[in-house]
Amino acid sequence: MNTEPDETVAGPGGDRERLEDIEASLLLEGIHRHYGFDFRQYARASIRRRLWRRTYAEGLDSFTGLLERVLHDPEVMERLLRDLSINVTSMFRDPAFFAALRTRVVPLLRTYPFLRIWNAGCSTGEETYALAILLREVGLLERSRIYATDINEQVLATAAQGVYPLAKMREYTENYLAAGGSRAFSDYYTARFDAVRFDPSLRDTVIFAQHNLVSDRSFNEFHLIVCRNVMIYFDRQLQNRVHHLFLDSLVPYGVLGLGLKESLRHTAVSQRYEDLDEERRLYRKRP
Amino acid sequence: MTAGVRRAAGAPGGSRAHRPVRLVVIGGSWGGLDAACELLDELPAPLPVPVLLVLHRARTSDAEVLRAAVRRCSGQTLVEVEDQRGLAPGAVHLAPPDYHVLVEDGALSLSLDAPVEYSRPSIDVAFGSAADSFGAGTAAVLLSGAGRDGARGLAQVGQAGGWTLVQAPASAQRQEMPAAGLASWSPDVVAAPQELGRRLASLIGAEASPDERPT
Repeated sequence: MNTEPDETVAGPGGDRERLEDIEASLLLEGIHRHYGFDFRQYARASIRRRLWRRTYAEGLDSFTGLLERVLHDPEVMERLLRDLSINVTSMFRDPAFFAALRTRVVPLLRTYPFLRIWNAGCSTGEETYALAILLREVGLLERSRIYATDINEQVLATAAQGVYPLAKMREYTENYLAAGGSRAFSDYYTARFDAVRFDPSLRDTVIFAQHNLVSDRSFNEFHLIVCRNVMIYFDRQLQNRVHHLFLDSLVPYGVLGLGLKESLRHTAVSQRYEDLDEERRLYRKRP
Repeated sequence: MTAGVRRAAGAPGGSRAHRPVRLVVIGGSWGGLDAACELLDELPAPLPVPVLLVLHRARTSDAEVLRAAVRRCSGQTLVEVEDQRGLAPGAVHLAPPDYHVLVEDGALSLSLDAPVEYSRPSIDVAFGSAADSFGAGTAAVLLSGAGRDGARGLAQVGQAGGWTLVQAPASAQRQEMPAAGLASWSPDVVAAPQELGRRLASLIGAEASPDERPT
C-alpha cells in the first residue's frame, strides 16, 4: 500500500476519490433499484465510512465488489441495512434536552386531552423508552400514543423487546437523574444476568412501526416530534425534504425536538417555527 | 488496512508548492489545546482559509469554557461545529464533544459512529474525510496527545498529496500521538507549535503568491 501521490495530474487525491465516488453512486443506485431503499441522498462522507466497514467485513475491497454481493445475496443487504440504520445511542442522551422537554414542553402538552407523539428514527428504542418514562412521571403517558418508527423492521423488533445491557444502566441512570428524573431509575427495569428488561407496561402506549423518512409520506398529525441525530446522516437536500414532512405532520403549535448539534437555522423551514428553546433544539410550529 | 505507510526519505515536497492550501485540519488531545493556541497565534486573522480544530473533549466539557480559552489565547474567531455548518474561512471551526466531524464538499457533517481509537471526535475521521474531499488542498496538523488517533488519517492526507505537519514530540505535553503520526507517515514539517504555526501561515499565504516556496 506504499503509494506515491500522482504528481502528473492536478489533483491526486481528487482522481482516486472520483472513482470511489462513482462506485459509491452505483452501489447506492443498485440498492435503490433492487431493494427500494434510497440512500442516495445520505451525507456522502458518513455513509462512505459505513459502506467501507461493511465492505471489509464481507472480505471485499471495493464498493463494486459489495454491489455484486448485495444484489445477489439478500443477507448481505440485511447486514448492510443494519449498518446503515443502527444509531447507537443512550437513554436520556443529552439530559438537558429531556430536562427542557419536562419544563418547557410538558406544560404545552397538558393542554391536549389526547397526545400523539412521533419518535422518528427510533433505532433500538432507547429514546422511545426515555420519552415514555418522562411522560409517565409527569402523568401524561396514559393519554399518549407514541409512534416509534424506523426504516429497519429487525431493529424495531429489538426496540420492542425493551432489553438492554446491564452494563449501560449506570450511564443511563446518570443521564436520567440529570434530566430531572424523580424516581429510582431501577424502578423501571428488572435485571437478569447481564441484561435488563424495561417495564413492559411502558410499551402499552407505544406503536413500533416501519416508516421510511426518505420515501414515505406523512401519516398523522402530532403534538410532538422527536428526531434526534438521525438527519445528521442526510444531505442538506434530503434534510429539507424531511423537514417539510415533519412540518406537514405537526398540529399548529406542535413541537419539534432535534439533536444537540442540529438546528433549524440553515433549513428551508426555519421561518415556519418559533424558538421554544433554541439551545436545546426545541421549536414550535407557527400556526 | 495498515497504517504503516512511509513516504520514501527525501521524496520531494517542492513540487507541491503550487498547490494552495484550501483547508486546514488540526487535531490534538492532551496538551493539544495549548499547542493549538500557540499555533493559531501565528496565523493571520481573519483566517483566509477554513480551519477545523478537532480536540478530544469529554462529553460533558463546557463549551463556553473551551471557547473562551481558545479565543483568549489566539485572537481567532471560534465557532462550534453544528451539523451542515458551511466551511467558511475567517473562523476556527471547533469539533463538538462526542460527535465525529466529517468534511464534505462545502460543509461539515456529523456522525455518531463508534469511537475511533477510543475517540469521538476522532482526528483520523476528520483527516480522512478531508483527504477525500479536499485532497492535495488539505493541510493536516497533528499535535500533542495520548493514544494514536490521527496517525492513520495523517497518512491518508499525505497520500492524497496534502501537507502534513506534526508537533515535535519533544515539545509536546504528551508525545504518544505525534510519535504515532511520525511512525505512520513522514510529514512535511516536524516542529514546536510556534514554528508549526509560522510554517502553516506561509503555506496559507502561498495561495496569494503561488511562486513562493515556504521556507
